[in-house]
Amino acid sequence: MSEPKKLAIIATKGSLDWAYPPFILASTAAALGYEVQIFFTFYGLELLRKKLDLKVTSLGNPAMPMPVDVPVMLQALPGMQFFMTHMMKKKLKEKNVASIEQLRELSQEAEVKLIACQMTVDLFDYTTDDFLDDIDYAGAATFFEFAGEADITLYI
Amino acid sequence: MSMFDHELDASNLSCPLPILKARKALSTMESGHTLRVLTTDPGSQKDFPAFAHQTGHTLVESTEEGDKFSFVIRKN
Repeated sequence: MSEPKKLAIIATKGSLDWAYPPFILASTAAALGYEVQIFFTFYGLELLRKKLDLKVTSLGNPAMPMPVDVPVMLQALPGMQFFMTHMMKKKLKEKNVASIEQLRELSQEAEVKLIACQMTVDLFDYTTDDFLDDIDYAGAATFFEFAGEADITLYI
Repeated sequence: MSMFDHELDASNLSCPLPILKARKALSTMESGHTLRVLTTDPGSQKDFPAFAHQTGHTLVESTEEGDKFSFVIRKN
């Protein structure tokens, strides 16, 4: 069997809407036989927390579909972010879309390597206790060893 | 309708779950055995031929059964 293709993903965002692309792409590629590594940096680290608390808001996201048009000023009111996150999660569940927790677990089962950016951990004074136990910690230079050989590299 | 050795019901699961679960099931199977996957996800009609093509397994059959899609894959 010829050498598997490689997919490298750099995940830099930590909101609920941005959490889906890296895990769906990674797990699907792994299912298709790719070797996959995801480098989580900056807000991407949020996706590696043991207990996920991902949020989403339309504020600053004019492309987010809304059932009714809400003026931007109202989108900033207390409780709106919580409400929008709740609505998004409800919709995902209704449409049988896997949760991020599930996708993350399936990705790891499919041998997708999850790597936390050590520099970001230090920057925000995080500790390794905050994150999943079975992940790697590394810097960009280390990740380039894999990314440099990758057939596909995605920046999310 | 082809005979099959194992069956996986991935009904009511959205992309990419049917493919992921199929991969998991196939990894525990012996070479030459077949797996039948049932799905309701409309995207799976394109996903499963692509999956078979890229992983080197054979898509023996792709049919519709009522409101579900049925795929029989042979592990190579």
